[in-house]
Amino acid sequence: MTAPDEGQVVGRSLPKLENLEKVTGRAHYIADLSRPRMLHGAILGSAFAHARIKSVSIEAALAAPGVAAVITGADVGPGRMGAFIKDEGAIAQDKVRYLGEPVAAVAAETEAQARAACRLIDVVYEELPALTSPEAALAPDAPAIHEALQDYVKIFDSGSEGNLCSRSRFDEGDVDAAWADCDLIVEGTYTTQAQAHVAIEPCGALAEVDQAGRITLWSANQSVFRVQANVAEALSIPMSRLRCLTPQVGGGFGIKMEAHVQPIVVALAEKSGRPVKLILSREEDFEITRARHPFKIRIKTGAKKDGTLLARHCEVLVDCGAYADDSPGVLGYSLLMSRGPYRIPNVRAEGQLVYTNKLRFGAYRGFGNPQVTFAGEQQIDEIARRLDLDPFEMRRRNMVVAGEPWFLGGEVASCGLAECLDKVEQAAPPLPPAARGKRRGRGLAINAHISGLLGTGAIVRMLEDGSIVLNTGATDIGQGSDTVLAQICAEALKVPLDMVKVASPDTDGSPFNWGTTASRVTYTTGRAVIAASEEVARQIKEQAGAILECTVEDLELRSGGRVGIVGSDRELPFAAVSGRAHWAAGGPIVGHNTLVYDGKTMDPKRGSALGLPFPQIGVFSFIALLVDVEVDEASGQVEVLEAWSACDVGKAINPKLVEVQLEGAFVQGLGYALFEEMVWDGPRLANPSLMDYKIPTSLDAPFALHSILIEAPQPEGPFGAKGVGEIGINPVPAAIANAVAMALGRPLKDLPLSGERVLAALMESEG
Amino acid sequence: MSETVAFTIDLDGRRQIGLAEADATLLSLLRDGLEITGPKRGCNQGVCGACTVMIDGWPQRACLTLAAACEGKSVTTLEGYAEDPVMQRLARAFAEGGAVQCGFCTTGMLISARKLLEEEAKPDPDRIRQALSGNLCRCIGYRKIVEAVTAAAEGAET
Repeated sequence: MTAPDEGQVVGRSLPKLENLEKVTGRAHYIADLSRPRMLHGAILGSAFAHARIKSVSIEAALAAPGVAAVITGADVGPGRMGAFIKDEGAIAQDKVRYLGEPVAAVAAETEAQARAACRLIDVVYEELPALTSPEAALAPDAPAIHEALQDYVKIFDSGSEGNLCSRSRFDEGDVDAAWADCDLIVEGTYTTQAQAHVAIEPCGALAEVDQAGRITLWSANQSVFRVQANVAEALSIPMSRLRCLTPQVGGGFGIKMEAHVQPIVVALAEKSGRPVKLILSREEDFEITRARHPFKIRIKTGAKKDGTLLARHCEVLVDCGAYADDSPGVLGYSLLMSRGPYRIPNVRAEGQLVYTNKLRFGAYRGFGNPQVTFAGEQQIDEIARRLDLDPFEMRRRNMVVAGEPWFLGGEVASCGLAECLDKVEQAAPPLPPAARGKRRGRGLAINAHISGLLGTGAIVRMLEDGSIVLNTGATDIGQGSDTVLAQICAEALKVPLDMVKVASPDTDGSPFNWGTTASRVTYTTGRAVIAASEEVARQIKEQAGAILECTVEDLELRSGGRVGIVGSDRELPFAAVSGRAHWAAGGPIVGHNTLVYDGKTMDPKRGSALGLPFPQIGVFSFIALLVDVEVDEASGQVEVLEAWSACDVGKAINPKLVEVQLEGAFVQGLGYALFEEMVWDGPRLANPSLMDYKIPTSLDAPFALHSILIEAPQPEGPFGAKGVGEIGINPVPAAIANAVAMALGRPLKDLPLSGERVLAALMESEG
Repeated sequence: MSETVAFTIDLDGRRQIGLAEADATLLSLLRDGLEITGPKRGCNQGVCGACTVMIDGWPQRACLTLAAACEGKSVTTLEGYAEDPVMQRLARAFAEGGAVQCGFCTTGMLISARKLLEEEAKPDPDRIRQALSGNLCRCIGYRKIVEAVTAAAEGAET
């Protein structure tokens, strides 16, 4: 009788809500904000990677022109923050653990004055041996990086000891016994490098303290609620003293999920009694925030002659850097993903996360998945090669399908992987032959990634005129979640998109949202938006029923913001029902919903786990990626010619935004696979600038980058949607490596696949 | 404190007279002095291109340009193109074509694209990739930006 609910707003590639501001230069980011009497902050970084702080003299800095306040470790108290292990203060106290770690900060009238004053601070250090690799840090005589590790608060069974930050071990089946049944066993060691996020906007924050001592804190962030929690922990203040807000955010990819300079900026504002803004330089953004973990991966996989996978053992050694940050989660998640999207009955995945005297590593798009996938997917190709199986066939034979469990027993309720594989295979024409002096290869990789985790909520308010304000507390870092959530809300209420406006995240007024991370906002927050919208719809019908003198069951929402009696032309605009609610009876219409993702990571009947950081993790999206490369025989340079990426996202709420996620992630993965690498010269990061650390330009990225959207609906997902933020990057290094291996006739096991490495491999294979 | 110098520039079509520190960059003058937020400070080293503005008709890095060196020159930021039909087409094509994500590179990208369309009415994708190779984007993967520039160029006919 009526048109289907879906399709008016959801499923359409509508432009993002804030695009007009962004294409006119009017969008404001943290560096664009200012407050009356605002000071500018600067940080003094440690001159040593590992040292005791004997003294800090600030007198000269305090006397310098324009200086209003100087803070050191003595100003911030004993508080410690950390998502998994609370090991990090706002500013170094007693000792420093990586080069550049903040030891003091200055607030002055200008940034130049603040930076000049930092240079006048005299710090006396007693140097300790710098531990720059997990192996060195695990040596029996290595000095402890965190002497008080045992006393730190930990939110899971981390097994921390010495310089071991955490360890995890997951088991399913009997891997030790299974090797005997395998016809082929392949083993290899793979290494991956540190990658910098390089959000084009550097990290920064602005804090202001009011007369009552309440603090307003704006910052570049991926979660105003994580900002609030981290600052409260680091400065030992009640969370309720902090109001955290966000301007536009210039990209994240994980770097802005946990704290960066926010605790320091709040401490400076408190000490000076004036608003303080601090924006990191690009060099500081490289040196003192966080980066993707280097992994060392030993992996062994066994199969039957027909390609059936029987067993896998994956062992990882992960460099944590100086502070735990999100690293225990990355370790645990990488192990959970190390089986890949395959039905392998016997699996053991175990790993160690080790403190070193380097920049902390932390959340970065993919969260450990790209690293283990680089190893695992090359091994799948190796098995296929040795068993003379087609790489597609090898994967089809072993891939999970809906209804089969994930490693450890988590539920896979929807799975479009088979279709993803079919689509990329059909889309790609035969690989054209290479010109003289070039070699070509084609590589395949498949992958899965979760969307889920933790708490979220939505408040949908109908204003007096019937228009809608959606408030979720989810920070849109540019990926388009404001637009997608507004589309979901508009669809649920059958109103045009411009009737829904999105409130900016505000810890005072928004419902809790853990953050823009774990590919989770569309899936988890979208569910809350639907539930809150349904509550609004119920209240609309109650109001309309009273006016139209009918029952709620007789009423339906009609497109354009009206409610009417089914089968009749009697109807009311939302303004009429909202007016009655505001002024006569019932009270203003507000829908509210909160939820916490509660699907279990592990079924104890299937698997066992030691040190599981995420007991309730998420639902699964899937991807198949096919890449064509050309290798220059003279230079070893690898060029990506074309790529086909098919991703099961459940439902594309906004198809174009999904495509951009896949394309952007592909190019970020291309840089990671081929040339991006943070290089340490001893304990010093040698390339903390965009001149020395290259990210892909428009010339590095192939124009022939094809995104194919597959929709295997997740039953409880909003209109069936699952996440897409991270999955696009996960298979990229693996697929490129498989393509290069085909071109070279031998695999490469270390990232990045630089010209130098590829050339060496070429010469070896010909030598 | 470095000495200050007087400057006169033609900024976004209006004559701007003022004082700047002798070592102040054009980016500092625009952002910190004049509160023009279009040019962004992404690296302050001339690499990322987020601060790109037009100086005497050429896209330049405001972070590498001394404010004092712009004496007597014409400086146009994205704000100065508000009424420009080519920029309006580009802006619309970016906004509607999925070529805007975080937006931090967008303003500089638009300036570079504007120059390209001035030089070449219908550039092909490779020419566009070349022309935008000095503007780093970490979100989009460039394809949709190239498509948006193509769409803006094609829109010129109608």
